[in-house]
Amino acid sequence: MENLVQEAIQNVNLHAVMPSLILSVAGMALLLVAVFSPRGKTAHIAWLSIASLIVAGIVTIMGWNDTQYGFAGSVQLDNFAAFFSMICIIAAGLAILMSDEYLKRENFPVGEYYPLILITTAGAMWMVSGTDLITIFLGLEVLSVSLYILAGFFRDQVRCNEAGLKYFFLGAFSTGFLLYGMALLYGVSGTTKVYDIAAYIQANPDTTTNVMFVAGGLLMLTGFFFKIAAAPFHMWTPDVYQGAPTPITAFMSAGPKAAAFAALIRVTFICLEGMQDHLTTVFWVLAVLTMTVGNLIALNQKDLKRMLAYSSIAHAGYAMVGLVAWNEIGSAGILFYMLVYTFMNMGAFAILILIGRSGEENLTLDGVTGLGYKKPMLGIAFSIFLFALMGLPPTAGFTGKFYIFAGAINSGYIWLAVLGVLNSAVSLYYYLRIMIFMYFKEPQEDYAWVKIYPATAVSIVISVIGVLYLGIVPGSIMQLARMAGF
Amino acid sequence: MAIDFPLLSLLLFMPLAGALVCLVLGMGNSTAPRWVALLTAAGVFVVSLLLCLLQTPTAGWLFYEDYRWIEQFGVRYTLGLDGLSSVLILLTAFLQLLAVLVSWRQERAPGVFFALLLVLEMAAIGVLLALDLILFYLFWELMLIPMFFLIGVWGYQRRFQAAVKFFLYTLIGSLCLLLAVISLYLLHGDQTGTYTFALEALKQTELSTTQELIFFFCFMAAFVVKVPLFPFHSWLPDAHAEGPAAGSVDLAGLLLKTGVYGMIRFAFPLFPVAAQKTLPVLAGLALVGLFYAAWVAYQQVDIKRIVAFSSISHMGFVILGLAAWNQTAWEGSLLLMVNHAITTAGLFVVVAMIEQRTGSRSLDQLGGLWKSHPNMSAFFLLFCMASLGLPGLANFAGEILILIGVFTVKPLWAVIAVGGILFSATYTLRLVQGTLWGNNCEPHDKQDLHSREWLVLIPLAVLVVALGCYPQPVLDLLREPLSALLLVGGMP
Repeated sequence: MENLVQEAIQNVNLHAVMPSLILSVAGMALLLVAVFSPRGKTAHIAWLSIASLIVAGIVTIMGWNDTQYGFAGSVQLDNFAAFFSMICIIAAGLAILMSDEYLKRENFPVGEYYPLILITTAGAMWMVSGTDLITIFLGLEVLSVSLYILAGFFRDQVRCNEAGLKYFFLGAFSTGFLLYGMALLYGVSGTTKVYDIAAYIQANPDTTTNVMFVAGGLLMLTGFFFKIAAAPFHMWTPDVYQGAPTPITAFMSAGPKAAAFAALIRVTFICLEGMQDHLTTVFWVLAVLTMTVGNLIALNQKDLKRMLAYSSIAHAGYAMVGLVAWNEIGSAGILFYMLVYTFMNMGAFAILILIGRSGEENLTLDGVTGLGYKKPMLGIAFSIFLFALMGLPPTAGFTGKFYIFAGAINSGYIWLAVLGVLNSAVSLYYYLRIMIFMYFKEPQEDYAWVKIYPATAVSIVISVIGVLYLGIVPGSIMQLARMAGF
Repeated sequence: MAIDFPLLSLLLFMPLAGALVCLVLGMGNSTAPRWVALLTAAGVFVVSLLLCLLQTPTAGWLFYEDYRWIEQFGVRYTLGLDGLSSVLILLTAFLQLLAVLVSWRQERAPGVFFALLLVLEMAAIGVLLALDLILFYLFWELMLIPMFFLIGVWGYQRRFQAAVKFFLYTLIGSLCLLLAVISLYLLHGDQTGTYTFALEALKQTELSTTQELIFFFCFMAAFVVKVPLFPFHSWLPDAHAEGPAAGSVDLAGLLLKTGVYGMIRFAFPLFPVAAQKTLPVLAGLALVGLFYAAWVAYQQVDIKRIVAFSSISHMGFVILGLAAWNQTAWEGSLLLMVNHAITTAGLFVVVAMIEQRTGSRSLDQLGGLWKSHPNMSAFFLLFCMASLGLPGLANFAGEILILIGVFTVKPLWAVIAVGGILFSATYTLRLVQGTLWGNNCEPHDKQDLHSREWLVLIPLAVLVVALGCYPQPVLDLLREPLSALLLVGGMP
């Protein structure tokens, strides 16, 4: 024990955690700033948060191609981690951009909101760079606890409380699974470091048939499946996504989900490689189940936020196709897809922020009747995001799905790709329905309450640029994803 | 012949630029967008006419552009133009010019309307030029979006259903195409080590017969829906009946053509063995469609639906010609396709004029227009006669070539198909009789053709007569490319 502590102290390498360190320090400092700021004034905290995200982003980019190991091998900031960290940073940045005016409209401008997002992001970064089960768990907990608060942030609104509480109970439950699984893995291999576990399995190949090991692996995966909202562990998603403040919903559907994918990929591809044959079957079934459940239930939704919640379940299913492929293209596909998804989904949620009234009313299909005529730019932007979510060229939705499905076909899973494509066909219907209401029906109202908030508009513009750029000239980013692929 | 100037890209991006200008100018709801659209469409027409005149009757690419695009996947931006594509592009540009003129008085969001028309033109031209399968797929899908909105926003009462039906039908077909494209690409990459979507390279892929059949069916799923071949046609009558006049012109003139083009440029040369094996099926469906659509057309009351079903019937004829798989029949098919586009566009334009004047499209309420609107009726009669295959007018030239070509290989098919011409005479005569003669209806607008309508109808009428009497220039352009494509496919 003495030795371990000694070794850990000697191996501290702050470069390996620099981006998340910046965000944690900024988060804690801004919490103090929030306390001493006059009530209702939050804009400066938002801008400072964005500034710290930019700094963290620059540090992450500078570390590209320069893998840093830290804390006695429990943290590894490689390209894989850097790419996922950037996704989380972008998601957090977009979420903050769309938050300030929204919080004012909802009458709840409280400064603690932004530091919590920063800390969530820091947790997500530990998760993506963790090579020790304990580090991953710590990251997951930091991320989750901040998100529990954020999901129920509007404490005087019942549906928001419901979202927070539901997320907390089910989240705690799933953390239990995760921790139990990790404990079993530790019990079998005697270590929590993922590479050591892999080495142990290499030395003792019969471990993969050990009941304790298999149970541990599956329990741990269950914990991750919960976070990425894979069916049948998705039950919390619609209610939480619908009840949480919209920017938080957007953030949750992109950043933390990407982080959970990252940890899932790292742990399974390294530790559970021996179970590959069985696990691909599990992933296969879950991927199909997830996209089918998400798409089929979304067909029947009238509430736009809830519809997007189910659609985000379906998209997690598409991303899981990359897991089944279990190769470099597959994981690079997930990287690319999560980035694409961040732009298209957060853009769609940003539009919902603008068209909603105070108290989140009017976010139904009827509520956007004829919107395309009264607010043409908003209509065009929303259409671009919807076409991207459908997966039509020339948007990024197409290139993203293309990458994922090409990986699956390359590994011989043609039927999986066929089912994925069929699912995209089903999803057309509910995305198109939004457009039908927006454009094919005469406007009933003049949408006078829809104000184009500048910062939110900026986040929409960034998302549109992202969706079109990744759709038309995806080459350079695909190259980066390939370099980061596992 | 190598010209450094990227003429093809100019052709492709001119409509896009025009569309953006339309969108910006359309903000003020002014009349500016229609002028921009007219100028752009005219510009595209002039360029494509130039390209046609520059053609020499050779089989190679007259113009060719090739740039890197997405290197990770070997996707390239490759455009090529030969006689086949130049004829169809000229047709597209011509009809789009008319479509702009037809919708001149568009009052509902004109900026967006004309922008969508131009985007549709760009997508159609892109489909006809692309030689990289992903680029092709991109334009193929891009055609859907503007058409979806044109039907859904500017259409008639049941436009939602029509637009959604159109979108779902065609998109499900194209998704099959996408899957096949990706699989073919990976297979080719595994075999040769170079991953590419280039059409020429993929033709070299070695496939087992089963693989070929599967790929072929996936490709054809996309194309037969667009054509549309019986029994995948049910979206078309709705899309026509509920869509605006310009939408119908574009559907008949642009979209339907791309299906046939996709077959002869992509599906047949890529999978020749599978194509040979399925020709009888294709011919059977074409024949059934020929009669079925004619029969249904005879039962219709709505004159726009009659024209829509006649269009399906004619496309059956075109596919029959392709299934005969020889030079004469193929030339006839392509010629009929061009002629059919012009005649049908003329019919849809006059139908829209009739509706404007009488407020009805129902045979029950129409009649006696010859007396009240002699000029308009004369044009309608001309297009109807062309449609039923009167010698000397456009469709006849194509039909006779198809029949000759089919007769040399499968006399029985040709004999059956002749019956189809008889059928088309029945429903067309009923259409003429019900609208132009018989009981007088009372049109609320007594005005016969006005100047803009003359401007639309005269070029169409001239072409109908010219292509009927002297189709040679078109056939000259088509000959070499078609015989090259036939050669790739091999003899049956």
